[in-house]
Amino acid sequence: MTELIKYTAAETATAIAKGEVTAVEVAQAHLDRIDAVDKKVNAFLHVDREGALAAARAVDAKRASGAELGPLAGVPLALKDVFTTEGIPTTCGSKILEGWVPPYDATLTKRLKGADVVILGKTNMDEFAMGSSTENSAYGPTGNPWDLTRIPGGSGGGSAAALAAFEAPLAIGTDTGGSIRQPGAVTGTVGVKPTYGSVSRYGLVAFSSSLDQGGPCARTVLDTALLHEVIAGHDPLDSTSVDAPVPDVVAAAKMRDVRGMRIGVVKEFAGEGYQAGVMQRFEESVELLRELGAEVVEVSCPSFTLAMPAYYLIAPSEASSNLARFDAMRYGLRVGDDGTRSAEQVTALTREAGFGAEVKRRIILGTYALSSGYYDAYYGSAQKVRTLISRDFDAAFAGVDVLVSPTTPTTAFRLGERTDDPLAMYLADLCTIPSNLAGNAAMSLPCGLAPEDNLPVGLQIIAPAMADDRLYRVGGAVEAALNDKWGHALLEEAPAL
Amino acid sequence: MSLVSYEEALASYDPVMGLEVHVELGTKTKMFCGCSTELGAEPNSQTCPTCLGLPGSLPVVNAVGVESAVRIGLALNCEIAEWCRFARKNYFYPDMPKNFQTSQYDEPIAFNGYLDVQLEDGEVFRVEIERAHMEEDTGKSTHVGGATGRIHGAEYSLLDYNRAGIPLIEIVTKPIEGAGHRAPEVAKAYVAELRELIKALGVSEARMDKGQMRCDVNLSLRPNGTTAFGTRSETKNVNSLRSVERAARFEIQRHATVLTDGGTIVQETRHFHEEDGSTTAGRIKDNAEDYRYFPEPDLVPVAPAREWVEELRAALPELPRVRRARLQAEWGLSDKDMQSVLNAGAVEPISETIAAGAPADQARKWWMGELARRANETGTELSEQPITPAQVARVCALVAEGKLNDKLARQVIEGVLAGEGEPDDVVAKRGLAVVSDDSALGAAVDQAIADNPDVAAKIRDGKVQAVGALVGAVMKTTRGQADAARVKDLILERLAA
Repeated sequence: MTELIKYTAAETATAIAKGEVTAVEVAQAHLDRIDAVDKKVNAFLHVDREGALAAARAVDAKRASGAELGPLAGVPLALKDVFTTEGIPTTCGSKILEGWVPPYDATLTKRLKGADVVILGKTNMDEFAMGSSTENSAYGPTGNPWDLTRIPGGSGGGSAAALAAFEAPLAIGTDTGGSIRQPGAVTGTVGVKPTYGSVSRYGLVAFSSSLDQGGPCARTVLDTALLHEVIAGHDPLDSTSVDAPVPDVVAAAKMRDVRGMRIGVVKEFAGEGYQAGVMQRFEESVELLRELGAEVVEVSCPSFTLAMPAYYLIAPSEASSNLARFDAMRYGLRVGDDGTRSAEQVTALTREAGFGAEVKRRIILGTYALSSGYYDAYYGSAQKVRTLISRDFDAAFAGVDVLVSPTTPTTAFRLGERTDDPLAMYLADLCTIPSNLAGNAAMSLPCGLAPEDNLPVGLQIIAPAMADDRLYRVGGAVEAALNDKWGHALLEEAPAL
Repeated sequence: MSLVSYEEALASYDPVMGLEVHVELGTKTKMFCGCSTELGAEPNSQTCPTCLGLPGSLPVVNAVGVESAVRIGLALNCEIAEWCRFARKNYFYPDMPKNFQTSQYDEPIAFNGYLDVQLEDGEVFRVEIERAHMEEDTGKSTHVGGATGRIHGAEYSLLDYNRAGIPLIEIVTKPIEGAGHRAPEVAKAYVAELRELIKALGVSEARMDKGQMRCDVNLSLRPNGTTAFGTRSETKNVNSLRSVERAARFEIQRHATVLTDGGTIVQETRHFHEEDGSTTAGRIKDNAEDYRYFPEPDLVPVAPAREWVEELRAALPELPRVRRARLQAEWGLSDKDMQSVLNAGAVEPISETIAAGAPADQARKWWMGELARRANETGTELSEQPITPAQVARVCALVAEGKLNDKLARQVIEGVLAGEGEPDDVVAKRGLAVVSDDSALGAAVDQAIADNPDVAAKIRDGKVQAVGALVGAVMKTTRGQADAARVKDLILERLAA
């Protein structure tokens, strides 16, 4: 049954629906795989064996009763530990939430359950989604299945690694500055940051409210689309949720035709800091799109150079406020409550002990940026940059259907390589951040291995807000053409664990 | 410290006030979630992930809250923002679940209005309104142990989050200048008028004793003839009309005392003490206090459509000033009599008593007489007397039916005030019914005639006006319970020969 873990989500669902395999067998195969490899990978913070098997049994019973099964019924999924799950611990990779068991399900969790997706457990992440390597997790780093001494990206390194290690065919991530796409790129998997507001944030523990967006992750473009369809849609519990129909991403993923599409190459995403092998694979992908019948033009988005500094003002500012609630009063860690200390002292001691260095750094940054006398210069200016970036996108999309770039400037770096240099770490998100600031949609999909290190390279596709289907149309076509060229999916080249 | 007299203070200084009133709206649900706002429930029983600030929870704006805010703004002659946002006010306090309060900052929903208030001599003073904005209430802390009931010195504190998230409208005046020695009176009249307005709008019961309406009195003095504002103190949570007046008066004297001594006023919050009308120092509030306001990213802007605002304006109820003019005409009162009714706070009790069936003159007689006297003696509000308008109306009805005379009615009122039950209960328990039964009265009448032969002779001689002396004697022997009109008839019958 080990072969079951190699199935795509679409294949798994079909096999279950046809009765070729039971959902319980599928769940068990993945649980076994987790048992076999996760000590090395550390993708999961919590594996919900009983819950997963119970959900799988329910799917099998549903099928036995003759009821119709949804397109992902019985397919296992790895859920980033930033979404609340009723009765299942949710830590956000932080000590401060150790042991917290939420009393409610996130809207996304509810939608997954409603679609009969089998949630295997919660995946590792940089603490409160702050990081690009998953090294900021309070529960130890996750290894990249391509090379366990390298980072799996972050903050959703656990979800991406779970896919690449065949521990799950589907995963959920969140993308505030690239936390879905960058892990996807460095692990050779697919990840989509949907249009801001198209996947509910209710139950997503907030890092930066105006940037956070949950999204689907998988090993194929079609699987990603099937998951996208399940999790997207209006939610009255999230005021920023978009009340509009979700584009038909599944049909787009199956289209495999980019003839006549106009594709823009962003001039600013190149040059110093970009690894040669990454640029080589990226340029080959652009050439491939041209061969497939797309029209490729170069576009300039000059404000993108300001995206990084703007992001590192906006995200920490919002985080400093969002994370204020962790005060030891109602839930989570409580330190120093020995009857002699004031509430204020207990709060301070708890936050001192419970937050890691990067989280503290960002809280301090954000507190400073919002301070009276500095607000206009920092938060205010950053918001203006945000407007400029949106205008650059608008101008670009006036002439092209999608934009493309490398997802990350480099392939996976080594664990520990950038932990002492936050600014170097931040550069991993150089190409992904503009889409978060503008709120549009973007995908990363594998486009080959960099010749110099044999590690995956990600191709980023960016579409205008609410045109998420274009990502799948282009991504699906590129994926099919590359798989044809290679004769197999890229992940088959990954070393055995 | 002995205070300079009020007159001395005003001889040298000119008070400037700012009044901030918080009104708890009477919406069924909280401002940002669906929890009940019912008072008096078991602590923490009316909470959910959102009003507890649990990780991942999100706010959704209560539409009735927005509507109430717009209506209050319109009634206060404010401009209504075409577009405004919520903002986060960041500070740590255990009764604030998120450690930020969702409020409004530089974009209030209503601004630039005024409220005309009538002073005791009938003069109308215009109080200008800076803004009215929407926000959420905090939870409630009960500090247990320690002498002061405040957090410092307490052994422990209990937190009840039922109140957390209840909608508040904060109404802030512009600096109130030019009130001179009438400043405390203006403060009281403003809060009273505002309370009437809020009640007329039906958006809150505005019970100050229940904390549904709370007033902060900001006050500063400047030397007479100067224009620059002095340093202000902020007396927090002054919770009755009378206290508002007393707090303003005390602060004028206290500031004058400090300034006359050559001291400086500390910018601080002050606690008001009901017992002696004094204030004591609270927190130092220098301008460095920094709430790091920024637009609430979890909520979308509120943009009240102009047509909707105009609909609300057209549907505003009769406002208190207009209503008072109408009532004055209906009750047939002179300006002077109406002013006394207003000064006594008797408009509502009288109008409710009339609504319960009593004639206008009777209703006014009781509230302005017996009950006003009692309120005055006990230093309480007329509306706070332990008797309802319905009970007063019942007493009026008993008088009209001839079952009580004036003297007995007064005793019934006394009984109700003393907690002896409904008027009919008091009548029964005290045996207060008027005696008009001829056989019961006959003996008393005969006795009175026998005891006063000279008077009887005068009446026989045709000096009928002398009958009063005999009636008085009968009333005395029957301890006031006789029907005086019947007694008179009986005497005249007997002496007619």
